[in-house]
Amino acid sequence: MSRYFADRAAKRLVFILGVSAFLILVLIAVFIFREGVPAFQELGFSLFGTKWYPSRDAFGILTMLVGSVVVTLLALALAIPLALGCAIFLAEVAPSRIRQLTRPAVELLVGIPSVVYGLVGLVVLAPLIADISGQGSGSSVLAAGIVLAIMVLPTVTSISEESLRAVPPQYKEAALAMGATQWQTIRCVLLPTARSGIIAAVILGTGRAIGETMAMVMVIGNSPIFPDSIFSPARTLTGNIALEIGHATGTHESALFATGAVLFVLVMLINSIGLVVHRRMAR
Amino acid sequence: MRLSPKLTQRIAWGFIWAAGISAVVILLLIVVYVIARGLPVFGSEFFFSEPKGGISGEGGISSVFVSTIWLIATTMVILIPLGIGAAIYLAEYAPDNWLTRLIRYGVELLAGVPSIVFGLFGFAIFVMALNFSYSILAGALTLACLLLPFLIRSAEEAMKVVPRSYREAALALGATKWQMTKSVVLPAAIPGIITGIILCVGGVVAESACLYVTMGGSAGMPTSFFDGGRSLAVHVFYLAMETNALDKALATGAVLIVLILIINLITRWLAWRFRARMEGKA
Repeated sequence: MSRYFADRAAKRLVFILGVSAFLILVLIAVFIFREGVPAFQELGFSLFGTKWYPSRDAFGILTMLVGSVVVTLLALALAIPLALGCAIFLAEVAPSRIRQLTRPAVELLVGIPSVVYGLVGLVVLAPLIADISGQGSGSSVLAAGIVLAIMVLPTVTSISEESLRAVPPQYKEAALAMGATQWQTIRCVLLPTARSGIIAAVILGTGRAIGETMAMVMVIGNSPIFPDSIFSPARTLTGNIALEIGHATGTHESALFATGAVLFVLVMLINSIGLVVHRRMAR
Repeated sequence: MRLSPKLTQRIAWGFIWAAGISAVVILLLIVVYVIARGLPVFGSEFFFSEPKGGISGEGGISSVFVSTIWLIATTMVILIPLGIGAAIYLAEYAPDNWLTRLIRYGVELLAGVPSIVFGLFGFAIFVMALNFSYSILAGALTLACLLLPFLIRSAEEAMKVVPRSYREAALALGATKWQMTKSVVLPAAIPGIITGIILCVGGVVAESACLYVTMGGSAGMPTSFFDGGRSLAVHVFYLAMETNALDKALATGAVLIVLILIINLITRWLAWRFRARMEGKA
């Protein structure tokens, strides 16, 4: 009866493998919080303060949280209009031949390594910004925002396009039949109907933006300070971890895990909201 | 002043066309720029010598390329059984209950965890707790965790499009569920699964943050997966941040883009074949 034995064994095995992804998620949460707790015990709420000077035992994460949020907001402000335009273009406007060229291009944009975006930002964009602002190397919130905008563009575009396509064609036909122009149809019928999908696209793009690391380290300047203008350098939560984990010990190391915990919670929150909204759209 | 519908239509169309075209132009500019600046550096010295370090970034990418191959191989050995097993469970075995919903939710959320958080996790568990130190193995284990949700998703997708009638025929012949899965569903789904695997290879090539904190970044030629190393993407970062050799960084970036392009074309071709096969037989 060996094939029945194999059947039972296989069932057990794939079940164990099936829960692996969930287990990894739990393990990540456990490890990062466990390692971050000592910093909180030692520093209390000054862990969420504004001064990050490891050599003087000051570990305030707030500065980097502000850095991450500012860069992400700037990136979204730049990316959303372009991504929406692009999604409408792909879903409604583009002749099919152009669409066949544009879609693979947008897909390819997703696959390009983030260090390549960072490199182009460093080599092309930063000097340009240094010329305009007349200060520093050009590594700044603005450079980081632009690079990040290009990086989230494909995510926001493809999910928005998908939700525009999910609008039943009758809605569009009804509007057009009543004499609305194509733009009126898009603005008053398609966009409102696809709204929740577009919101989900933006939220999921935000999750990606907040988590981006290497490209940000390359173009943002990495000074742990509050940015006072878009030409000022700053540091992100992600960059803080990447730059310092290799040579940190004790409380410093624990504070970096606490940085990771803040990032983890932030991204989990954003993505959970995004997934819920996205699922509601699918229904 | 109100604009006439005709005028707003024109303005809106202009904007939408501009948005669509500028996305493509941005992509082309980035790709063309990196390749154009990188191409002059290509040559036997660049491809067949090791990086010599130092501020001027002398040397090539041979050891980095070898490290990348080691990393891909090690990651895949860990990732493939895990991912396909999990996908089999979700596609064939999972009952429709709270546990399955929880697992699926976990997969979705895991896919959104930032790379550097995986890096931190890998650093804590593989580098420190399990004492693999900075090594290709630690990097590969971390990457396998990172890529797992993507492989699960695409493998499950591939199994789901296998027609029901295949399964019914196998069961009607007296096959056990496992025999059906192993001998009917998996072979039919294999092109789709391979597409997913190749996409994950692309992920290994493109990933940098989680490797930067788990693989150490030594530039030497690796002799086993317990050695540290750096992948091509991490090498780009080191060149850009720690040397003056921006041209070498761009050339390495060009190698990355070419690799990603090749991977993209292969998956495209496979997906097209898979669709043709499923539609032809179903």
